[in-house]
Amino acid sequence: MITFSYGHFGLWVINKAGGLVYQRNVGDGLPNLTSNEYLVLAERFTLGAHVISGETFKMTILLTATGTKFVLLTSLVEPTAESVLQKVYEVYADAVMKNPFHTPEMPIGVKGLILALLRYLYEGDMLLASYVMFSK
Amino acid sequence: MAFAQPHPRFSVLSASSLSSAEHLSPGSSSARFSVPSAPSINTAVSTPKPGLRPNIYDRSLNKTRASEVSAPAFAFLFSEIVQYTQKRVSGINDLERRLNTLGYRVGTRVFELMAWRNEAAAKAPKRETRFLPALMSIHTQLWRAVFGKPADAIEKSVENADEYMIIDNDPSITRYISVPRDMSSLSCSSFTAGIVEAVLDGLGFPARVTAHNTPTDQFPGRTTILIKLEKSVLDREEALKP
Repeated sequence: MITFSYGHFGLWVINKAGGLVYQRNVGDGLPNLTSNEYLVLAERFTLGAHVISGETFKMTILLTATGTKFVLLTSLVEPTAESVLQKVYEVYADAVMKNPFHTPEMPIGVKGLILALLRYLYEGDMLLASYVMFSK
Repeated sequence: MAFAQPHPRFSVLSASSLSSAEHLSPGSSSARFSVPSAPSINTAVSTPKPGLRPNIYDRSLNKTRASEVSAPAFAFLFSEIVQYTQKRVSGINDLERRLNTLGYRVGTRVFELMAWRNEAAAKAPKRETRFLPALMSIHTQLWRAVFGKPADAIEKSVENADEYMIIDNDPSITRYISVPRDMSSLSCSSFTAGIVEAVLDGLGFPARVTAHNTPTDQFPGRTTILIKLEKSVLDREEALKP
């Protein structure tokens, strides 16, 4: 069970072509950027990096077999990033890929993912729920 | 090359050491359902090899434990069904109607299978002739047969005497479906409504069954299956009253 942590800052989902299809901030760990800035940043993730560390935060990247990337922004000392990304991948597989109204490679209809995340809230997974509750 | 291999039919009859099962089409390996072109002698001698999973038509109808369908696999299939249907309809009502029709086709089969499973072993097999017990059996037995759990509630409409509702707090077939805002009135549980309509028809209670989203804070996927009975059913119920 993953527990709630203030060390998580944000979650991105990047499609095969490098387009940002989902972006959500959690908490106040990082300043908000404009949507264009996020799109430009996401395009940089075409290479297979796993972890990128900055001075104040760390990006952990999960590259899936289909080329979709999940990026979690956390504090430098956050140890749960990998397991959270796995969980996010599971939620994505359920709430996005099994949704007939989602078009592959297109931006993710937020409602589906949020509902799935809420469902995890009922199952006691506070961290994923925090993405919903703390998002702006 | 065509002569090098013995005719499949002979390979079955003469040499049991030959891997006969591979030569046979799934249909002809069945003892009960032979393909039209297969001679009866062929099907008579073919016994399923031990260890091979028998043809779906040969499996026992009463074994339910190991024959459950994987929920994710069904979710993907149902997602494709909705996408396929959506490309071929003109609007939400049309889409719901088509899903209802598809569900109806499932429902006729479910009804037959349910009757077989529940009543075949009974000393005094029965079928429901009054509406409320029939509704109860849909709520409990049909839901359990199709979704693995009973529905969450039955309600009777206050305004209309011919309307009844079955409520599912979290329908498993629409669990991963999130309807876009511009189609918010769409309920993919129309498929379930079709199943219910078929079972009611089969029991002799013709009705119009539709599905509606009735979300609550606790259950965002809550769905109401609305049953609108035909007048003939109400008249008969009235006449049957003791």
